[in-house]
Amino acid sequence: MNRLLYIVQKEFIQILRNRTLLPLMTVVPIVQMIVLSFAADNEVKNVNIAIVNQNHSMYARQLIEKINAADRFRLVDLPPSAKQADALMQDGSADIILTIPSAFETDFYRNKSAKIQLLVNAINGQQATVGASYLAAIIQSFNNEIRAEAAPQFVVQRVNPVPRINIESSYWYNEELDYKHFMIPGIMGELVTILVMLLTAMNIVREREVGTIEQINVTPIKKWQFILGKMIPFLFIGLMLLTVGLTAGKLLFDVPMRGNLAVVFAYCVVDISAVLGLGLFISNLSDTQQQAMFTTFFFVIIFILMSGLFTPIESMPQWAQYLTIPNPIAHFVNVMRSVLLKGSGFADVAYNFQATAIMAVVFNVMAVWSYRKVN
Amino acid sequence: MASIQVDQISKSFGNVQAVNAVSFAVEKGELFGLIGPDGAGKTTLFKMLTSLLIPDSGEAWVEGYHTVKDFKKIRRIIGYMPGKFSLYQDLTVAENLDFFATIFGTTIQENYHLIEDIYVQIEPFRKRRAGKLSGGMKQKLALCCALIHEPKVLFLDEPTTGVDAVSRAEFWEMLGRLKEKGITILVSTPYMDEATLCERIALIQGGNILQIDTPDHITSNYGKPLYAVRSDEFYRLLNELRDQAFALRVEPFGEYLHLTTNDAVSEQDVRDFLQANAHQNIELKPVPASVEDVFLDLM
Repeated sequence: MNRLLYIVQKEFIQILRNRTLLPLMTVVPIVQMIVLSFAADNEVKNVNIAIVNQNHSMYARQLIEKINAADRFRLVDLPPSAKQADALMQDGSADIILTIPSAFETDFYRNKSAKIQLLVNAINGQQATVGASYLAAIIQSFNNEIRAEAAPQFVVQRVNPVPRINIESSYWYNEELDYKHFMIPGIMGELVTILVMLLTAMNIVREREVGTIEQINVTPIKKWQFILGKMIPFLFIGLMLLTVGLTAGKLLFDVPMRGNLAVVFAYCVVDISAVLGLGLFISNLSDTQQQAMFTTFFFVIIFILMSGLFTPIESMPQWAQYLTIPNPIAHFVNVMRSVLLKGSGFADVAYNFQATAIMAVVFNVMAVWSYRKVN
Repeated sequence: MASIQVDQISKSFGNVQAVNAVSFAVEKGELFGLIGPDGAGKTTLFKMLTSLLIPDSGEAWVEGYHTVKDFKKIRRIIGYMPGKFSLYQDLTVAENLDFFATIFGTTIQENYHLIEDIYVQIEPFRKRRAGKLSGGMKQKLALCCALIHEPKVLFLDEPTTGVDAVSRAEFWEMLGRLKEKGITILVSTPYMDEATLCERIALIQGGNILQIDTPDHITSNYGKPLYAVRSDEFYRLLNELRDQAFALRVEPFGEYLHLTTNDAVSEQDVRDFLQANAHQNIELKPVPASVEDVFLDLM
């Protein structure tokens, strides 16, 4: 027991003395959280739009004004011809071209449907679809306005107006659809997981590179003591990171914390145990820190992209969804979002606890098994 | 039973036979040297004896414990100093020592008598990080760490490689004192001059032991005439002597050539030959063989 405590103490001394490691563990995550939460924003703003107005009617002008007033769009030009508009799309200065044909108002008044054309640059899929749907919504609402305005002419003649379904949506758990509130909990889970994994993966292999492992191996130190002695300090670091992250999230972004934070911390312990096991396993199999780093990157990138942090797991193909089961980041992201935004309790995220606990057992058995004192 | 008993031990890595059916025994309290060049198999042998490597065949015992079956017991009673400095460079001198003492379930105070002589020399730097110590200081610290749990057997793998001459001499003095305390010491070195400081030595080359004996016996059993030769034209001398049938071996040794001849030629014959070849300022004298002469002869 004394031996284990001393190993833990030794690790702490080494970590605190490492001039690059300490800022890496404290400042960098906060900076990342701040930068990522602003940048990793799925909201589409500043869609560049060019409008070819061939009609010059009052309605056409009203529509243009309405679009221009929407803060998501930036009217870059009003080219006189479709050809010039195409050129704008080609050189990348316009994302969407809206063409109002010359017969726009006439068609409308003659009670036919008036047609307008939307050309969307789909190189950036998200910008295209979201931008187009914003624009469609604006046009739809404009349509309703002018129909009401023109009501005497058309609507009244109808004895039975066509019944319509009105959609009133309300966004639960994040009423204002504040993107940061959605992203920050996820990013926190991701950061804690990655950092702990990277640090542990580099740890044992570092002892091997420096040669200290040789001296350790001839001592009566036991495998589990050595492994546990490495894990405990990193568990503390992970929990500290989470605390720092939650504090920063609250102070800087006012992220809601509806659920019980104890659930988050409890999950964090399980998650870190799993990730530590994986990190140590990688470390045991690597001969150099470089190898360990690249192996870790391989896992980290898959873990992040398949974590549901940026793209929802539900929209992945079925086989990919199965792959998210052994992904600690996916579970962490889900737990963070559920507990912080939705106020989920332990029972609601029990599945995540179970899956991660199984991973923790498997990874750690692999770590102890792969650590060999004898060649 | 001997303190270290090695019986027909072998280890190969791929096609390389690192250690080839080596047998020897080291008595309790003996200072035993493994002398051989780099790549001779010294480190592999050390790793097998310290339970870090499992031999392909053969067996070995340290203080009666089998190196494979009783490896846990061996790890409690041996001190090992690897060839490469293997302490924590980011821990201080005192922290390293404390760490290894704790790992072995002991304290510095308990075994201070063992390391006192050595530790007083590094004590002024006890707050300095191990990585910032000089080469000689590092060796002393490593020796302290290997001694802190009062081992019965000490394995020192090339402890003086990369250490200055003064520190080397000091280090061997320390080993002498440890020997007096009854610790068995197995030390390897590529430096032939250090061989004479051991009680017995094993000459090892290419995984094979060439000879085991006391340094005196090894050198006195050389058995062939050996001369130290020099003249003004050193390189011509070397080449000419190497071409002669009577010269069995000619090796440069500092400012002299060591010439081994067959028994048929006398010192005067050699002198005549040199003068016949118009060498100036000839020096020629019989010399006793050194370990290095024996080693080169056996190779």
